[in-house]
Amino acid sequence: MKLLEFLKRERKKSASVAKERLQIIVAHQRGHRGQPDYMPMLEQELLEVIRRYVSVDQEAVNITLDSEDDCSILELNVTLPNSKDS
Amino acid sequence: MAKIIVVTSGKGGVGKTTSAAAIATGLALRGNKTIVIDFDVGLRNLDLIMGCERRVVYDLVNVIQGEATLNQATIRDKRTENLYILPASQTRDKDALTPEGVERILSELKEEFDFIICDSPAGIERGAQLAMYYADEAIVVTNPEVSSVRDSDRILGLLSSKTRRAEQGNDPVREHLLITRYNPERVDHGDMLNLDDITEILSIKLIGLIPESEAVLRASNQGVPVTHDNSSDAGQAYADTVSRLLGEEVTLRFHQAQKKGFLSRIFGGRR
Repeated sequence: MKLLEFLKRERKKSASVAKERLQIIVAHQRGHRGQPDYMPMLEQELLEVIRRYVSVDQEAVNITLDSEDDCSILELNVTLPNSKDS
Repeated sequence: MAKIIVVTSGKGGVGKTTSAAAIATGLALRGNKTIVIDFDVGLRNLDLIMGCERRVVYDLVNVIQGEATLNQATIRDKRTENLYILPASQTRDKDALTPEGVERILSELKEEFDFIICDSPAGIERGAQLAMYYADEAIVVTNPEVSSVRDSDRILGLLSSKTRRAEQGNDPVREHLLITRYNPERVDHGDMLNLDDITEILSIKLIGLIPESEAVLRASNQGVPVTHDNSSDAGQAYADTVSRLLGEEVTLRFHQAQKKGFLSRIFGGRR
């Protein structure tokens, strides 16, 4: 029976796998496009400063840089652990 | 005033030099005075593809450093009227290229030519950035393969930020997608990205599609740009690309698998 299942199994075409993977990676790359070169360093150092006071995961910190007409906004979102727990 | 077109890709081995040579040849055959410049300092190959490797005396770096004049370094193509080649240096390292030097050469050439084709090195380092910096238009060469598409997207990011047009806030560099080594049979089998997928992911306009072709290797073996082989699929596809670059509407060819007849199945038709 195993053989029959194996034969019946629809193989996902490799090109559509490639397309899905590329769509994700390209969207990610574009998110970083145009941001200043110092952003990764800035993110890393901000994370270190925050960790000095509270223990948070990498994922709990979200940093985005938006630019509007004549100014840029650096937005820092930190999900702090519930204080009752600590 | 010349139009400066960079042929770039990020990834190596996708057909930048082949395309730069074929497109420059096509432009010259159509009566445009064209020069193609090799920016791959240290690893020059354009001279081989153009079949003028034994005529190289001076190169781009010699001109930048004032050791030769532009006239001494440019090679006139033997087959095609209106076509000139400026080779890269084989011995120097890529730091020998300076933005000021490149600008001086390009502005001098701009007076004399209709088209300046810059053949970029692979990568996103200094050489690649200098090749694209002064460009008016860019041809992004992409293979239907994940790493090539991803690198092309990186290059598009650089074109929109690290070029003179971007830095000075002028009209952006016009970006064209050139898909090479396309194999319609494999696309039909679902084992190769199709051209709609690639244009959708990169979201730039397609200027040409070059099928995987035996004519390309044959052309580079002989040092004759494939555009001269006008009975071949690749040669015709490059000629179409050149027409589109000149603003003509040309219907896309070679993107569908050929139905093989009985005889060609047996004897294996070769183009």
